[in-house]
Amino acid sequence: MSKFTEDDLKKELETKEYEYGFYTDIESDKFPVGLNEDVVIAISKKKNEPAWMTDWRLDAFRIWKEMTEPEWANIRYKKPSFQDISYYAAPKQKPKLNSLDEVDPELLKTFEKLGISVGEQKRLSNVAVDIVMDSVSVATTFKKTLNEKGIIFCPISEAIQNHPELVKKYMGSIVPKTDNFYAALNSAVFSDGSFCYIPKGVTCPMELSTYFRINEGGTGQFERTLLIADEGSYVSYLEGCTAPTRDENQLHAAVVELIALDDAEIKYSTVQNWFPGDKEGKGGVFNFVTKRGLCEKNAKISWTQVETGSAITWKYPSCILKGDNAVGEFYSIAVTNNYQQADTGTKMIHLGSNTKSTIISKGISAGHSQNSYRGLVQISPRANNARNFSQCDSLLMGDKCGAHTFPYIEAKNKSAQIEHEATTSKIGEDQLFYCNQRGINTEKAIALIVNGFGKEVLNKLPMEFAVEAQKLLEISLEGSVG
Amino acid sequence: MLKVNNLHANINGKEILKGINLDIKAGEVHAIMGPNGSGKSTLASVIAGKEDFEVTEGSVVLNDEDLSELAPEVRAHKGIFLSFQYPVEIPGVTVTNFIKTAINETRKAQGMAELPAKEMLQLIREKADLLEIDRKFLSRSLNEGFSGGEKKRNEIFQMAMLEPQLAILDETDSGLDIDALKVVANGVNKIKSEKNAVLLITHYQRLLDYIVPDFVHVLYNGKIVKSGGKELAHELEEKGYDWLK
Repeated sequence: MSKFTEDDLKKELETKEYEYGFYTDIESDKFPVGLNEDVVIAISKKKNEPAWMTDWRLDAFRIWKEMTEPEWANIRYKKPSFQDISYYAAPKQKPKLNSLDEVDPELLKTFEKLGISVGEQKRLSNVAVDIVMDSVSVATTFKKTLNEKGIIFCPISEAIQNHPELVKKYMGSIVPKTDNFYAALNSAVFSDGSFCYIPKGVTCPMELSTYFRINEGGTGQFERTLLIADEGSYVSYLEGCTAPTRDENQLHAAVVELIALDDAEIKYSTVQNWFPGDKEGKGGVFNFVTKRGLCEKNAKISWTQVETGSAITWKYPSCILKGDNAVGEFYSIAVTNNYQQADTGTKMIHLGSNTKSTIISKGISAGHSQNSYRGLVQISPRANNARNFSQCDSLLMGDKCGAHTFPYIEAKNKSAQIEHEATTSKIGEDQLFYCNQRGINTEKAIALIVNGFGKEVLNKLPMEFAVEAQKLLEISLEGSVG
Repeated sequence: MLKVNNLHANINGKEILKGINLDIKAGEVHAIMGPNGSGKSTLASVIAGKEDFEVTEGSVVLNDEDLSELAPEVRAHKGIFLSFQYPVEIPGVTVTNFIKTAINETRKAQGMAELPAKEMLQLIREKADLLEIDRKFLSRSLNEGFSGGEKKRNEIFQMAMLEPQLAILDETDSGLDIDALKVVANGVNKIKSEKNAVLLITHYQRLLDYIVPDFVHVLYNGKIVKSGGKELAHELEEKGYDWLK
């Protein structure tokens, strides 16, 4: 009888190639490697930025130069050499496009391979897509509908030109230049990203969506996103990433800042599928991301993430619950396979009274990977009746991987209620045989079990994203079992 | 339909099945009875293709095709169904989603397209009604928090959906009270036809009051020591197994 052993599965797993491993041949406008003040100024010039922006970048660069990389995370890697990276790459093409017809056909083909048919999205779904390709936005759709509501949704480079008062006021207010090594670096060299402003009382009528990709070999990607939901407004924002195969490590250090003013609500969803490296752990994206949101009175921020990619993930989408009755949520699925390492979680900072936070973290480890949850729940002295519920579940496949949980709790107010639950499980042989007996092969069975395991998080994703996320989970875990 | 020929099987080097012969024809109900540890559940698992067991001799043949080298899912695609004694829990996967996946994987293996969602839903409703299953039940996580009766009823529901050629019911009566037993037995009787066959594995005679077998086999120490008609079951009920040893 043919026995599908763990060894067979491992072999299969190792031979699985990165599904989206292709490379588009688009001429690129690229800086030579290295970083100094001249490069920072050149980036700023390239984007025709006003002097205040250039100064802001230079200030960040000077701060960064004095900083060292953080080493506290549960990840082991060869530190990138920051002088061997080119800090700017823009696809060469017409800067302003009114319709998809004007987009480079090569580019459109790339998006089709990724399953992101813009045309189809435009036609079928209610999604406005601000596509970021190697840092420069090339197409923005649905602008008109948004305009009518007074919603601003544009590349951040455009916002710097057209809405300097908003950018000046909010950029760096949640994630200051001094926050950490990668945030400082991003502040100095960020290439582009998205800007969004929802006016008072407006409910954004569609899911706003951005797809990020790294395309140019050896270029770091430094995205900057700033999202402001004015009083009483609502927005749901989707961010999805896929990247082509690369041999050398690619650095990605994004910054996302969310501001939810009184009574506003922001839902921020991410599906991340950067190239995770090959079966030996060679290559793959280094993903050092700083994501943070501020909630004023009665405001709510919900982070949902499905993380399947990157060789290294260092990411803690957080909420500062400043106003009374503010609500913060974090729903996460992090999958690691082969030699991937993820150290991810959240920080819930309770400053206001009656603030509430929920953390649901699902970690899935396979191969030789290491998957860590790191979370901080902090209750300040003046946060009366603050509540937190945390649940951290780990699913292991095979006996070479690791799951780790680092929960930090700092309660400085006696009225706080904090709950923490954690489980660790393995996919069992009996579960697999049961599925097999019903005609479901082992691959499919794992996908089914994993999707069931992550259901609470997948359910938080907008419909069109949930499907993509499920597909990603299946792709990421094909053949892994223990 | 199913022929088991001189089947020997080991687990961890220990021989459990020591030469089993069975010949089950379409439309028939066979019952395997025997004391604990006689190899009843092992026989069910080996027919279904569980890989923990090593077949050392003999064969399992379905419709003239030797199943010995086939993976459990392939055997399922060919029409073997096993109702588990202890159905497993799969958290977060609903009864509906599970059976939908099972049906579509089977169809795919048979070169058919996936069943359209509307037809799937219709089929699920039809079978649920047949087995008097509450619709709410269908959106619960598979076997999670199910009572013994619910678990077994769910097994029979899956059997009704998959329409197997040969259904093996492994200790389906264990852990059921008499009402639950009747419901499950009724379900099996509704699904039973001239085209399929049922292999009942049971310790007690009481299930056989509700699903009446054409043949009864007594398994003892890895061998079938006696075969007969349904009256054999009554005899066993009266005398126990000792007289056959």
